[in-house]
Amino acid sequence: MTDIASQSDGPEGADVKDIKHRSLWIDVWQQFRTHKGAMVGVAVFVIICLGVIVGPFLYDVDPQYLNYKEKNKGISLSHPMGTDNLGRDMFAQVLAGGRTSLAVGVAAMSLSLTLGTLVGVMAGYFNRLDGLLMRFTDLFLSLPILPLLLVIIMLFRETLRSLFGPEMGIFILIVFVIGITSWMQTARIVRGEVLAIKQREFVLAARSIGTRPFRIIFRHTFPNVLSPIMVSATLGVAAAIITESALSFLGLGFPSDFPTWGRLLFDGVPFLNINPARVIWPGLAISLTVISVNFMGDGLRDALDPRIRGR
Amino acid sequence: MFKYAIRRLLFAIPTLLVISFIIFALLDLAPSDPTASLPLTIPEEVREQIKESLGLGKPFHIRYLKWLEQFMVNEPLNLIEQAWGIEIGNSADRLRVRSWATRAPVVDLIASRLPQTLIVIGVSYIVAILIAVPIGVISAYKQYSIFDQIGTFVSMLGFSVPTFFTGTVAIVIFSVVLGWLPSIYDTTLVVKDFDSFLDQIKQMIMPVMVLGLFNAAQLSRFMRSSMLDNLSQEYVRTARAKGMSEKIVILVHVLRNSMIPVVTVIALGLPATFAGAIITEQIFRINGVGQLLIGAIDGADIPTVQTVTFIFAILIVLFNLIADLLYGMLDPRIRYD
Repeated sequence: MTDIASQSDGPEGADVKDIKHRSLWIDVWQQFRTHKGAMVGVAVFVIICLGVIVGPFLYDVDPQYLNYKEKNKGISLSHPMGTDNLGRDMFAQVLAGGRTSLAVGVAAMSLSLTLGTLVGVMAGYFNRLDGLLMRFTDLFLSLPILPLLLVIIMLFRETLRSLFGPEMGIFILIVFVIGITSWMQTARIVRGEVLAIKQREFVLAARSIGTRPFRIIFRHTFPNVLSPIMVSATLGVAAAIITESALSFLGLGFPSDFPTWGRLLFDGVPFLNINPARVIWPGLAISLTVISVNFMGDGLRDALDPRIRGR
Repeated sequence: MFKYAIRRLLFAIPTLLVISFIIFALLDLAPSDPTASLPLTIPEEVREQIKESLGLGKPFHIRYLKWLEQFMVNEPLNLIEQAWGIEIGNSADRLRVRSWATRAPVVDLIASRLPQTLIVIGVSYIVAILIAVPIGVISAYKQYSIFDQIGTFVSMLGFSVPTFFTGTVAIVIFSVVLGWLPSIYDTTLVVKDFDSFLDQIKQMIMPVMVLGLFNAAQLSRFMRSSMLDNLSQEYVRTARAKGMSEKIVILVHVLRNSMIPVVTVIALGLPATFAGAIITEQIFRINGVGQLLIGAIDGADIPTVQTVTFIFAILIVLFNLIADLLYGMLDPRIRYD
């Protein structure tokens, strides 16, 4: 905000021609930049993403290569994060695990966001569906999520494994179960926003010239509920990563030969006495990712809130 | 208020029935075979008999209703009999939900595990409240001060870092490196003198603090925002204008009003803490309900899983109800009629 103030105070500010066009997203970005935590969060998250995506190409050690002579080693030049009890390189495993963890986080978030937005918009826009969909949401909110996730994974792991192969099967299962059990908050928020927007004059105007309901939803309502959806998207990634790691930590997530950060942590626990670093690295990776995403969400929420942005 | 309570209670019953049906159906329709882990040499007809003895011969709806009867009618009757030492009907013949793995009634298994879970969760929740409320109050009173900024940052860390990481780091530091605290919770420990009491405290410190700090992080944020909402209200200015001391204004007027939403958040968070305890119990090897569930899931012990999951669901519905009613009771401005 200080940038804008100083611009308009300057000598050029008085000249009408030089006033820059201000769009919503430029305003949001400028407000976002004033949130220090959020900026640090973006930086850390970008570094983690780049490291995980590009890292395996630069550091081309096979994460599954067994080397018994080099087992349970500490930090060294050849193994920047040491090795595990089978002599596999931890750094390569953390990089590979991060790919899976982040992919699960983003995919599960997309699914839950789609479901939540769909239910929220439907419930908010169509009065007839509202009661039914909201009772359905309440019901889902009363389900014991963690026990149910564990149960579903236990029961359908083998079936999906045989259908899609060991790696894809567990990926689909975990993304699916996290997605269908975390859409409720988004649905509630979106419904509230849609209910408020539905009463505004521009929607009435659109309806009075004969715009169809679906066009009103996509053209007029949806862009206006985008900000809460974006905030839920950011926080959803963090929540999905935590849930996936918790499942893996309980031994019901990804298998050891296709590890995520949570699984690496779980596998490291029995070796706490010999090699505590094995637990620290993946745990640190999870924590840093989640913290940076949460800070980003916090900054985004402030930046998208017009009451805060105005000041 | 009374009418509202009755209405809410009546609405909870269909919710629980639907949830019980979802849990039962999910576990029952899933492709799993309780005899799959038995030796392959057992002939097919014996296998069928084993399934029959586990109660799997009947069609789905009969089994669901039987399970419901056993859980909703028979088990509460048993509890009443035990509590008052009376006998209602033919209690020896009453069917009970039995674990496939141990053949013991599931409710007895849960009862034997419950004390450990309750003591760890209860103490950790109290610790969380005791930490969160003062931090929230001070943060809000001195908004944007260094204390507030550090508090906000630490609480962000607190609920971002998962308990299974903080727990293992605590084990690394306090058990492996320093050797001060035991990393495994010993359930057989009986507190009979000062030394065993000290041991009990020692083994409880880590699980209680890990779970407690995690909850405190969230609660302190709620406490802070609730305090901030109230601090800018007119009645605070009036109280100050009357010449009341700052201590009374904050600790009596503002705190009491700010606690209303926080109390409901505390009630709503309790079931989630129970679910979170599944992870904590796994980290510190506490022999509680969470471990019973994990063990039952690993052993495909369907009746135990169904019952424990359903108890978690009852807890959620119950505490939602309590939170709603508490809100109405604490805040006279809320009217339900």
